[in-house]
Amino acid sequence: MQIHAPELLSRWLEKQTSPESWRWLSERIARGAATPERDVFITLGLIPRRLGRADLALDAADLEAADAARPGWDPRGWSVDGAARVLVLLRTVAQGDKFPENFQRLCRTADVAEAIAFYRGLPLYPQGDRLEAQAAEGLRSNMSAIFEAVAHNNAYPRDHFDDHRWNHMILKALFVGSALAPIQGLDARANADLALMLFDYAHERWAAERGVSPELWRGVGSYATTPPMLADLARVLANGATVEREAAALALAASQSEDAAPILQSAPDLARRIETGALTWQTLA
Amino acid sequence: MYIDPHAHMISRTTNDYEAMAAAGIVAVIEPAFWVGQPRTYVGTYIDYLSAIVGWERFRAGQFGIRHYCTAGLNSKEANNEELAEGVMEILPRFALKDGVVAIGEIGYDEQTPLEDKYFRAQLELAKELELPVMIHTPHRDKKRGTTRSMDVALEHGLDPSQVIVDHNNEETVAEVLQRGFWAAFSIYPSTKMGDARMVQLLKQYGAERIIVDSACDWGVSEPLGVPKTAELALKSGVPERHVRMACYENALAAYGRSGQMRESDWLDPPPIDQRTLYAGNSILRGGREPHVERHEGGE
Repeated sequence: MQIHAPELLSRWLEKQTSPESWRWLSERIARGAATPERDVFITLGLIPRRLGRADLALDAADLEAADAARPGWDPRGWSVDGAARVLVLLRTVAQGDKFPENFQRLCRTADVAEAIAFYRGLPLYPQGDRLEAQAAEGLRSNMSAIFEAVAHNNAYPRDHFDDHRWNHMILKALFVGSALAPIQGLDARANADLALMLFDYAHERWAAERGVSPELWRGVGSYATTPPMLADLARVLANGATVEREAAALALAASQSEDAAPILQSAPDLARRIETGALTWQTLA
Repeated sequence: MYIDPHAHMISRTTNDYEAMAAAGIVAVIEPAFWVGQPRTYVGTYIDYLSAIVGWERFRAGQFGIRHYCTAGLNSKEANNEELAEGVMEILPRFALKDGVVAIGEIGYDEQTPLEDKYFRAQLELAKELELPVMIHTPHRDKKRGTTRSMDVALEHGLDPSQVIVDHNNEETVAEVLQRGFWAAFSIYPSTKMGDARMVQLLKQYGAERIIVDSACDWGVSEPLGVPKTAELALKSGVPERHVRMACYENALAAYGRSGQMRESDWLDPPPIDQRTLYAGNSILRGGREPHVERHEGGE
């Protein structure tokens, strides 16, 4: 039987906190939607003091249950206080009918740890379509941990962002030095417009005599198709460092263009490793 | 190692942060105060408090300095009743944020009835949330204003050990210490206290419950006020132990009562903080460059 997200969070927290702390939290959320706003804020503030900040300990079965409760929900890296804060939201404000407005208010006055918890919970909240603007605010943060709370290991962007928002998230990740691999839907949501943006960005970096993350070529997906793009990949394949050559080879292998295969064959060792499955984006990451 | 327990870093530059870290400052406390220009909407106040619990904390961390703050409605803006009511309503949201070590800086400016009303209301909030209080004593009618601040704090049932009385001078210090409060001094030469005078006070009163801070802000002020005073005190023969108390230990003891400020925060930061907030102390790590994250800059 599928267990819903709030029940899972409750189970995990009950297991990992003292009976006294768990009783305190249960009492603080017992009134559900009727909890006064001031009490919600104070509960959220007291959580790290009462429950601590340990990492949330989860085994493979827990992760499976999370994915079954909400496809794509990945609570790896969550903390006890973060999980408790998401549970408070789900059990109190999310029970009312104005969740998007209240979520915005909570995020606007959140400290860093709260903001990280609130944004990690995005896939679990009701009225998800109406949270998109606030999720975008998280992406605008200058604090990389808040940006990554939205972008990494989070199913919300994949499921709710349009291409424009998505593309800017990918580009900003590269710009601030965040990894692309933890972004859910990275390969499936590749698109021609994003490929153009990424090649332009690579040119900016090269013009300033700076390197380009090998992950950039994964973001291009199958859309490296124009002659200038293929020429860029050919150049990286010929002159790049090992990991850059591998990334360029993977982008060429994924390309929809017939002209990509002959370029890839100029590096027969890499072409062979891709064919046999020895070189993939996963092995590169 | 020094702590500057009163520094309005929101008004300071990255050069200041670098100089402070290089001079050995490991932690700062940013009291919520007015910003030179009065705020007239509760919204701007909310954003200010969000900035000092969030972005400024993060900014300091990039230079290896731990940033804490206080939350409160200052005495000047308490005189705008509409604003004050709004701020009192949202204050409980901020008082329990990570790194908020006190309700403050609160107290009197012109000692008006509205200042008195909101000072008292915030003392009650501090009591409810078990937080220390940072009192801003008035620039004018200082001696009586300081006495009155302590009277009112006691009237509301606060323990003197929970209350830091700031901006003291030669005229106020004896009573503050005698009544058991923490006595803080702002090395802000033009209006409050100079370093040479401070050294004299350390010689006269010792260092028990005495706290030195810079109160550096948007005015002509000195972000190195604490380390410079410490150096002058050592050179003038103040015992090293007293300097350490006044420029480090006492601030930690007073504001550490909040449970939000521990020495391990900078000596042995937890991994979660290293991932999110704090780049570690470059001095302690052997002079490595401060790690400043790539972000989109201020343009």
